[in-house]
Amino acid sequence: MSTPAAGVGTSASPGTSREEESVRIRAAGPASVRIVVAYGFWIFLLSDIIMFSALFAAYAVLSGQTAGGPTAQELFDIRRAGAETLCLLFSSYACGLGELCIHRRRMGGFYAFFAATLVLGCAFLALEFNEFASLVARGAGPSRSAFLSAFFSLVGLHGAHVTIGLVWLLFMVAQVAAQGRKDFVLRRLHCFSLFWHALDIVWIALLTLVYLIGAR
Amino acid sequence: MNQEPTASLEPSHDKAPGIGEDAAPESFLAYTAGLVFALLLTGASFFVAQSHLIWGPGVPVGLAVLAIAQMGVHLVFFLQLSTGPDNTNNVLALAFGVLIVTLVVSGSLWIMAHLNANMMPPSAIMEMRAK
Repeated sequence: MSTPAAGVGTSASPGTSREEESVRIRAAGPASVRIVVAYGFWIFLLSDIIMFSALFAAYAVLSGQTAGGPTAQELFDIRRAGAETLCLLFSSYACGLGELCIHRRRMGGFYAFFAATLVLGCAFLALEFNEFASLVARGAGPSRSAFLSAFFSLVGLHGAHVTIGLVWLLFMVAQVAAQGRKDFVLRRLHCFSLFWHALDIVWIALLTLVYLIGAR
Repeated sequence: MNQEPTASLEPSHDKAPGIGEDAAPESFLAYTAGLVFALLLTGASFFVAQSHLIWGPGVPVGLAVLAIAQMGVHLVFFLQLSTGPDNTNNVLALAFGVLIVTLVVSGSLWIMAHLNANMMPPSAIMEMRAK
């Protein structure tokens, strides 16, 4: 291990040199479980986003292949997309505030904000299901054209993520109620909130590409 | 050692997304500011998509920029990602993810565009040349 007296590195401040700092960090050992878990989940989320990007690429390639059927301009309602966006955005906000509440032991606030997250997430799913049902009823289902297959795959995958997220939310609220603020419960709750924020990020890309650019 | 959620008791020098100095007022302000910025950017996106103030061919680029900005707002305010030295791992992981996404999307678009052009029947190629 190099020592400060070896004079290898440059040090800007007279207090601690780079070597001292790195020695101190190395001696502190690996990061805490909480940080390792969150970092690992972050890497998983990035891999999930890569999976979404493959479907985004498929949609971008196939968005013009309407096989003589209905096009994006004819099918998509921009106001419904706006309502879905607001639902997800506010549910992300509520999730964040709920996590703040549980860290400060405000359990009433935690349950209230997570109830709001659930309600807004369900509202989003209801709007999306409504849209899918009306598209299928108009003969614009996923088998109508390559464009529609790509649309249903991409938006459907996001909706499936939201659905699984809401099931996870119910499990987490039940765990908090049953187990209290134990360490592992808080770690899982934090992973859920990371997941929920990431779904909102994917929705931003989806909204822009499919509804705003595609439906012009 | 008691693993309390408050970051001030953490011995290590690393942070993970969302785990940081969550002192009471600052995190609430971060979330609220993020919400406000995200609402503004969403409103701007819808406005750009529907108004005639922006030059037509520039609208998709404008929308893409607004979307990237809003994703950045989410990352910074909701996921509390920063560029400090304790966040290096997270930023590097994100940069790698962005690299792969860029390769997948732009690579697919490029390849499919070329495939499309190369599979055009000779009559269609003549038509394109004539235009």
